[in-house]
Amino acid sequence: MAALGPYASFIVTSYGLVTAVVALLIVWIFLDYRQQTARLRELEASGIVRRSGRSAAEI
Amino acid sequence: MSLIDLANPTKFLALTARVLPWLAGATVILLLIGLYQSAMAPDDYQQGATVKIMFIHVPNAWLSMFVWGIMSIASLGTLVWRHPLADVAAKAAAPIGAAFTFLALVTGSLWGRPMWGTYWEWDARLTSVLILFLMYLGLIALWRAVEDPSRAARAAAVLTLVGAINIPIIKFSVDWWNTLHQPASVIRMGGPTLDNAFLIPLLIMAIAFSLLFITLHLAAMRNEILRRRVRSLQMMQANQQRAA
Amino acid sequence: MTALSALIRRDIRIALRVGGGALIGVLFFLTVTVLMPFAVGPDLALLSRLGPAILWLGALLASLLTLDRLFTADHEDGSLDLIVMSRTPLELACAAKALAHWLAAGLPLIVATPALGLLLNLDGTATVAVALTLLAGTPALTFTGMIGAALAVTLHRGGLLLAVLVLPLSIPVLIFGVAASQAAITGPMSFGTPFSILCALSLVSFVVGPFAAAASLRHGLD
Repeated sequence: MAALGPYASFIVTSYGLVTAVVALLIVWIFLDYRQQTARLRELEASGIVRRSGRSAAEI
Repeated sequence: MSLIDLANPTKFLALTARVLPWLAGATVILLLIGLYQSAMAPDDYQQGATVKIMFIHVPNAWLSMFVWGIMSIASLGTLVWRHPLADVAAKAAAPIGAAFTFLALVTGSLWGRPMWGTYWEWDARLTSVLILFLMYLGLIALWRAVEDPSRAARAAAVLTLVGAINIPIIKFSVDWWNTLHQPASVIRMGGPTLDNAFLIPLLIMAIAFSLLFITLHLAAMRNEILRRRVRSLQMMQANQQRAA
Repeated sequence: MTALSALIRRDIRIALRVGGGALIGVLFFLTVTVLMPFAVGPDLALLSRLGPAILWLGALLASLLTLDRLFTADHEDGSLDLIVMSRTPLELACAAKALAHWLAAGLPLIVATPALGLLLNLDGTATVAVALTLLAGTPALTFTGMIGAALAVTLHRGGLLLAVLVLPLSIPVLIFGVAASQAAITGPMSFGTPFSILCALSLVSFVVGPFAAAASLRHGLD
């Protein structure tokens, strides 16, 4: 860290922030995916079928 | 595999399910190489080690504009060709684009602090990115204001295209306004004058971030397609209950 | 042509009637300008330096306030559907409505400018410069604002959303409007450069505004 000079905190903060925001995006997309597939399964289990007759949750 | 085949959401889901792991892998590998290269890059003789912020700032700034470009093409797809996946693409891209724009702003400001002595300078580039960020937020607000996805899609498509016409005008006027009020910006970032020692890591990082965007975008599009399936199934359920 | 002029006459008449809202814009403009000295202090030198910026911001907010009604009222009483279905091209009808709105709500702002300039200690040339830039710039505000109004009416949510969508788009007009008035007052730049860019922005908005508004009306109304 000493090699980063007097402004090390700024560099570390900006890299940290980018990591945090990208991680947030990934987590959000992943949770969203889980939520949608769970809902689809629930709906299928309750007997709702798509017009095509294919399974909605299986992708 | 043409664009017409991709119009079928089921085929799109099947194709992306196969492609996504490879894309994610490539993103991770390129990001690691890029990070290693930027860690190894020498210090700038003027800016010292703060030049390292450039390796993440510039890719984010590039993506902030690239994503709007993608959304504009998708909006044309919605309004002109009525491509069924176009509005899914536009909607999924907006929050990701906003996140990258936010990162471009924050890293720019953190880079500016040691250079300018303040976190915020009304520098032409930074100001344009700030306005772009506001426009992303407006677009997301528009998406959220409407219940019916296809209606929201067309409204957002009009706004995206108007924004695409307006962004160059805004950029031009902010540049003009900036030269009127203060001398040229302190940050020296000429394209061709950039030394190879900086250019190569920067290019790798730019490609890596673009791949990251494509990966996230495809995943978000899949979620959006599933969300619409949930919606239509719920409506069918409501109809059946009413009929019964 | 008669259909368009009838539309313009009707819109102006509605706007000027009681409850039409055109004159509320002027009242708002006046109030915002009167509020400014309370925020920055009654320093006449400072006020005359900030004058053009205050007047421009006031005009921008006032035009935003009245734009909300541009399509909403017609949507509520159903005449918007008639306009969309009529044989006149929707783009022209939108342009006519925007023109009527500007005549009813934009022109009074410019007429009120000299009186407000007096309050802000602006001298004659400065007042004329601000009025002239407003004359060239407010049509651009109306025609770009119309896009937001058309989007908002199709979404049944006006007001706040309109402001969020339209304000970033009006930044170039604000920049060149204020710059041209400042150039006329203090120099060193010539008045012509920013003023002709301001006129160019207005001309661009005449083209983009009606098409975008018509597109969003056509796609948005069922």
